[in-house]
Amino acid sequence: MAVLTAGATRPATAPAPARRAGRGARLRRRLADNLTAYTFMAAGLACFALFSWYPLVRGVLLSFQQDNLVTPPTWVGLDNFRHLFADPLFPIACRNTLQFTGLALVFGYVLPFAIAVLLNELRHLRGFFRVLVYLPVMLPPIVTVLLWKYFYDPGSGLFNSALRAVHLPTSQWTQSPTTAMVSLVLVSTWSNLGSATIIYLAGLQTIPGELYEAAELDGAGVWRRIRHVTVPQLRFVLLVMLLLQVVATMQVFIEPYQLTGTTDPNTITVMVLIYRYAFTVNYDFGLAAAMSLLLFAVLGAFSALYLWLTREAP
Amino acid sequence: MTTRTLVSAADLARHRTAYRAVLGAVTALFLLAFAFPLYWMVTGAVKSPAELGQPTPTLIPQTFRPANYADAWQSLQIAHFFANTVKYAVGGWLIQVTVDVLVAYALSRLRPVLGRVVLGAMLASLMLPAAALLVPAYLTVVDVPLVHANLLNTPWALWLPGAANAFNIYVLKRFFDQLPGDLLDAAAIDGAGRLRTLWSIVLPLSRPILAVVSIFAVVGIWKDFLWPLLVLQDPRSQTLSVALSRLSTASYVTPNELLAGLVIASLPMLAVFLAFQRHILSGLSAGSLKG
Repeated sequence: MAVLTAGATRPATAPAPARRAGRGARLRRRLADNLTAYTFMAAGLACFALFSWYPLVRGVLLSFQQDNLVTPPTWVGLDNFRHLFADPLFPIACRNTLQFTGLALVFGYVLPFAIAVLLNELRHLRGFFRVLVYLPVMLPPIVTVLLWKYFYDPGSGLFNSALRAVHLPTSQWTQSPTTAMVSLVLVSTWSNLGSATIIYLAGLQTIPGELYEAAELDGAGVWRRIRHVTVPQLRFVLLVMLLLQVVATMQVFIEPYQLTGTTDPNTITVMVLIYRYAFTVNYDFGLAAAMSLLLFAVLGAFSALYLWLTREAP
Repeated sequence: MTTRTLVSAADLARHRTAYRAVLGAVTALFLLAFAFPLYWMVTGAVKSPAELGQPTPTLIPQTFRPANYADAWQSLQIAHFFANTVKYAVGGWLIQVTVDVLVAYALSRLRPVLGRVVLGAMLASLMLPAAALLVPAYLTVVDVPLVHANLLNTPWALWLPGAANAFNIYVLKRFFDQLPGDLLDAAAIDGAGRLRTLWSIVLPLSRPILAVVSIFAVVGIWKDFLWPLLVLQDPRSQTLSVALSRLSTASYVTPNELLAGLVIASLPMLAVFLAFQRHILSGLSAGSLKG
């Protein structure tokens, strides 16, 4: 472990008198240290207890309660889950979310890697490209989403204007059931691909040049060098980014919330449905908590795998 | 020359024209994909509503009304929401950094009993998707246990949950762990208390990591949407992001005013990015995989 050994800050290196005083003084010092430590941590512990640990427990309990903030919560057993599975929107939201995550992988997982590999080969304007690709990540998500709303406008939007200019058929984008989901994925991909690209670029710089040298001597072309050197060398980063992206995209909210609304069955997602249950129509916090618990069960597995993989990251 | 990459320097030299073509294509594509939308947003805000709504968009604004920005600032009350967001960001940053530095320092240097358990319990929160805590955390804010306060529509509803940031604590603790122990011992021998050592020795040595944590704290608060949407329902208390979302569907807001609002909301982030580009891009690649 990188942590310094206990002796460095312990009485072992304390001045001679303290050492002679023996166990009593050491114990007192230890006690004082503990007291100071917990005083320092008091605010942090309180924040974690109130806004992380307690809500976790309460969220689980809430799934088996009826709570609308008006009447006192009552125990209802599995009723919330029963209602959830009976709601025709529930399977739709799950399917939409999986579709979003899947499409986001198709667009958003390969693209940053490809961009990073390409940028790593360019010998000019490197800083400029890195800044450009990261620009969308810096924008507040609401700005990105509202800006794209103008681009998607079927009448005066940029996309249809561009398509008309080259005599291609236009699209209804977010307003048509067939293209709505893809439109949401495009926004999300545009705004997020910068961070993955920067992380891959950092990873690419750690690949020893001799590996490429050796592969080239063995007659491997560019594609085979990517397949047999770049990808295996980055497989750890690639896996971690895959997990992170799945966890993030399964919680997609702002794109459907702002572009297609909370009632459109074509794009309603798990998070939007949770929001609807708790904060729009029925203020049914128990039902929303039950759905959150299910989402947590799925995502928790991915997150746990991520933490386990990165626990001793180089 | 730097280390060799996928394509060797010799190959690049041989195919100089191809390289030039790729470089030009990438430049054009990147400008179109990542810079042009911003250009369109900034110029769209100075166009007249009629020009903005016409089916063939104009690349260079035919009408030029910089007053749209002033209108948005005043009549949409963007100024008010901007001030709100600055207040949330500065206060949130101060509280987050203070609380997290104290926890990290105590865990790293004072090694309290059960310190590992505390750290473990905090890190476990990283495993929780934000979605899992949304509803119960909201109910906690409505009625805080023990003290029975209602934090809705107050800055504390953003500040206190934000302080419970396990990632910051982890990063700071790792940094503190690697500070030279001799130096801190010397301070103790000179009679400095724990707080004094933290303030005068540890913090000055930790400037780089504090910078990264601070930047990500401010950017995180500025960009946050879902949580402020839930806990700041009173329009007067809203952040710029939440207010823009609400204004975007209001009938009295013209598109160019809204675009001006979007530009104003982005400017602080773009300024932070250009100023701390190096910190952000290197902090991102260093931090994300070690969470």
